[in-house]
Amino acid sequence: MADKPSPDVEACLLSHLNSRGEVPDSRSYASSLGVSHKELEDVIKSLSAFRIVESTDVTKETWVLTEEAKGYVANGSPEAQLVAVIPPEGASKDVLKEKLGSVFDIGMKTAAKNKWIGFEKGNKDLVLRKVDNIKDELQEQLKRLESGESASDKVIDDLKRRKLIMKEKSIWYALKKGPQFVAKRKKLATDVTQEHLRSGDWKEIEFKDYNFGAQGQPIAVGYVQPLLEVREAIENIFLQMGFSEMPTNNFVESSFWNFDALFQPQQHPARDSHDTFFLEAPAATKQLPEDYLEKVKEVHQSGGYGSKGYGYDWKREEAEKNLLRTHTTAVSTRMLYKLAQEKPFAPKRYYSIDRVFRNEAVDRTHLAEFHQIEGLICDYGLTLGDLIGVLEDFFSSLGMSKLRFKPAYNPYTEPSMEIFSYHDGLKKWVEVGNSGMFRPEMLLPMGLPEGVNVIAWGLSLERPTMILYGIDNIRDLFGPKVDFNLIKSNPLCRLGL
Amino acid sequence: MPTVSVGRDRLYAALGRTYTQEEFEAICFEFGIELDDVTTEKAIIRKEKHLDDDGEVDGDDEVIYKIEVAANRYDLLCLEGLSRALRVFTGTEANPKFKISSIPHGSTLQMFVKPQTSQIRPYVVCAVLRGVSFDEARYNSFIDLQDKLHQNICRKRTLVAIGTHDLDTLKGPFSYEALPPQEINFIPLKQEESFRADKLMEFYKSDMKLKKFLHIIENSPVYPVIYDSNRTVLSLPPIINGAHSAITLKTKNVFIECTATDLTKANIVLNTMVTMFSEYCKNKFEVEPVEVVSHDGSKTIYPDLSCYQMEVSLSDIVGPIGISLDEAQVISLLNKMQLQAESCRSKGESRISVSVPPTRSDILHARDLVEDVAIAYGYNNVPKSKPKCMTIGGRQPLNRFSDKIRAEVARAGYMEVLTFILCSREENFDMLNRTHDINKAVIIANPRTSEFEVVRTSLMSCLLKTLKHNIDHPRPIKIFEVGDVVTLDGSRDVGASNNRRLAALYCNSQSGFEEIMGLVDRIVKVVRAPHINFGQNYYFPTNVSIYILYPFKIVTSDGKQIGYLGIVHAEVLRKFGIPDPCTFVEIDIEALL
Repeated sequence: MADKPSPDVEACLLSHLNSRGEVPDSRSYASSLGVSHKELEDVIKSLSAFRIVESTDVTKETWVLTEEAKGYVANGSPEAQLVAVIPPEGASKDVLKEKLGSVFDIGMKTAAKNKWIGFEKGNKDLVLRKVDNIKDELQEQLKRLESGESASDKVIDDLKRRKLIMKEKSIWYALKKGPQFVAKRKKLATDVTQEHLRSGDWKEIEFKDYNFGAQGQPIAVGYVQPLLEVREAIENIFLQMGFSEMPTNNFVESSFWNFDALFQPQQHPARDSHDTFFLEAPAATKQLPEDYLEKVKEVHQSGGYGSKGYGYDWKREEAEKNLLRTHTTAVSTRMLYKLAQEKPFAPKRYYSIDRVFRNEAVDRTHLAEFHQIEGLICDYGLTLGDLIGVLEDFFSSLGMSKLRFKPAYNPYTEPSMEIFSYHDGLKKWVEVGNSGMFRPEMLLPMGLPEGVNVIAWGLSLERPTMILYGIDNIRDLFGPKVDFNLIKSNPLCRLGL
Repeated sequence: MPTVSVGRDRLYAALGRTYTQEEFEAICFEFGIELDDVTTEKAIIRKEKHLDDDGEVDGDDEVIYKIEVAANRYDLLCLEGLSRALRVFTGTEANPKFKISSIPHGSTLQMFVKPQTSQIRPYVVCAVLRGVSFDEARYNSFIDLQDKLHQNICRKRTLVAIGTHDLDTLKGPFSYEALPPQEINFIPLKQEESFRADKLMEFYKSDMKLKKFLHIIENSPVYPVIYDSNRTVLSLPPIINGAHSAITLKTKNVFIECTATDLTKANIVLNTMVTMFSEYCKNKFEVEPVEVVSHDGSKTIYPDLSCYQMEVSLSDIVGPIGISLDEAQVISLLNKMQLQAESCRSKGESRISVSVPPTRSDILHARDLVEDVAIAYGYNNVPKSKPKCMTIGGRQPLNRFSDKIRAEVARAGYMEVLTFILCSREENFDMLNRTHDINKAVIIANPRTSEFEVVRTSLMSCLLKTLKHNIDHPRPIKIFEVGDVVTLDGSRDVGASNNRRLAALYCNSQSGFEEIMGLVDRIVKVVRAPHINFGQNYYFPTNVSIYILYPFKIVTSDGKQIGYLGIVHAEVLRKFGIPDPCTFVEIDIEALL
């Protein structure tokens, strides 16, 4: 906002409009008030902004006097000035020039032409005055123009040539009452202050409209990582379904718990160094449950529990090899073994979401470490139909309600099912997870009662999150290369809402 | 999962009808295989040579289906077996019956096993296919199947290696021996001249395909070798066959030997070879046996094509699926999966007896029959139900506590990051001037790249790395992570344990030491509990550190150090490429639980 308009100008204008209804020409109104048009204009703009007055622009091109011409209006034309300074006895050019300065030359010319001056014979230097009274036509013409009178084309041309006038575009306003017209404007407050509340004057005060086009102040906040927001949402789904969390804070695992106890044979490709991170330190596990180990060895070598086994020489050294767990199912296995030792048997629903490791080449969709989501239910008489029912509950909470199941192979589940979900955006079925019933060769050596089944499923946390947020490079979601701006601008996770 | 490439038109011819791609994909989905890719031989060659679409190459325009099959279904690794399984599945063909041909007493081919083989590769099993008619496609499939088996069940020939020979070029009986390499001389396949075995190994070091198998016998004093009665070398397993007995399109009688360190798998491999290709024998599905005579004189006839007999009750099968079917329905579903089933009575009860053919080595337990019945019934036809058990959900206290700490730090205006647990030795030790920490770290034995050499022992390098990747972000930068580090721990069965940490980093034009102190003060204030106490002052200067300037330890009132903070050493910042001062704190939050 410009300088505060002087209140009397505003008051005069409003009272004028209140009685007369209009101001046809703001220019002449300004001069009638004795203020500059600029000063009036500021008042008009402020009042127009609040629609108290309605102003219409009037534009006109007019001739205005140059600075030189304004001097002539005040002091007379050069020729008049010249005549005025010549004493009765005449004066030398040098004396006159000294008195008049720059106008001397111009004055001499016109005064001579008008025969207002003359020279003594034989002395061109002494200027004599030839007339007593002169009529200063130039000054009068200029005065007339300044006061807004018009002039003949000839005069205009002449003045223009002498650079005494120039064209100027002027804007002024025609004013009338606006829709919000008031005879006296109230002062608007810009903000609510303590003072307003204390004095109670907020009741009378009107407040300035808030500028909603402006941005709010940036606020200092903290942020949580988007992937962990999704983890929390999925955790909540498990908790609602009555699952309790397994302790997964043990990244180092033995091959025994990661593979052997799951009836995964020692020659299985997953146990290759191409797929699994084995350890130089601590290289091997020294402590394994011996009774259970014997049963695991037996079932691999020659079967039992209704199985014919794999028929190979099971080696303890292979089972002792330490690794970074390749799946959280290693933890599930420990938990089921523990459960089997508790008598009497009680059904359980377990879940976990934590880091697993694969010695794989890293690319846009694969990392050497990622998060595995795993859920399992252990009880008497569970069926494949139960598994399908639970999967439908779980995945529909994740927004995937159309599911299909494909037969698959997994060494520790039988039957095994790959889970496919119809993706409306991609218009196709996409694989979203794996599931199955743990094999009797895995459960019975643990000591779980005959007839107890375990239904389980697993998926990665990263893949559904990438689909959810439309991220196509896993490294944009997880790891040190994630852009802070992504973390700052990520929307709320709405899974489960 | 292994992938099998088959010509689409040959596959449809073998299936006796054509399908649209969608129809075929639907059958695959139901059966549990997957049409992974549709391509042509030309496109495959182009891809190998990195040519664009109009690059001129040799090869066929025939459409090829790449089909992914289950890793334990060796019988699906070739067109013959795949199409047979689908024909039986769709009900257009009955289960094949495999037979050992009866040959006059005394004319059975023999393989004598010498005792030295037990030092290197103790088992051999053999069989003969008589009157085989090969054409180019069948021949290629025969070779491809050996490749696929070598890659999968044979574990790159370490467990089993297959040799196939033109029997008419050989004269039995055969002998399986193990000899010093200097004593073995023969012309190997695809070569013109004779090599001594040790020289041959040297020669193959530059062979892209064979060099990866050399390690299996290279360092053994004796190499396994198979001779016929004329001392013609059949093969030097598991490396190469002899040129003499090479199979051609004209070969009629095929001798198959599988040498192994695992007899179960040798039998599976031999059975797979003969059950697949006896289809092309004069007497279809008939295989001639070979007698393997061990060095102790015991004799065994191979192949063993007997069926594995199982007996189950109806409820054993339908119970775990959760469907109700009668016996006849289950029998018919088992038959669709190549499992010959029939009703029988045992101890007065009605049972189902199942004959598992030699092609189905994946069937170990009644539970495998359950899966096959469920597949034949259709997974997507199984009615869904709900587990009945009532259980109460709950969280791990440490994880719940970690979440509360995370929320507290985020509320304090810090941004959460999530970094990798694996890192390089350089980052975790050298760049932090903490090389002594290597003695308590978990070290990876087989990292693929230097990024995965060690398990982090601190979150410091992870936060600095993350900061480096966002170095242009407006200051101040305030980041944190709650995550696990791992260190060696003799009290654990595996010898290492995780520890949950909170780390936070402040970076600005000034160190922000007071900012981090403010965060620690807040944490200390909110974690107080009857068992977690802090004195008036919990910051104590600690030994001059080489990775932190002005290091302070954070100590509970009972004198336990739970963390440290300080300004990151200028030398460390320089190594991470960070131009601005940073203050770092790391706290063991497990100790505060």
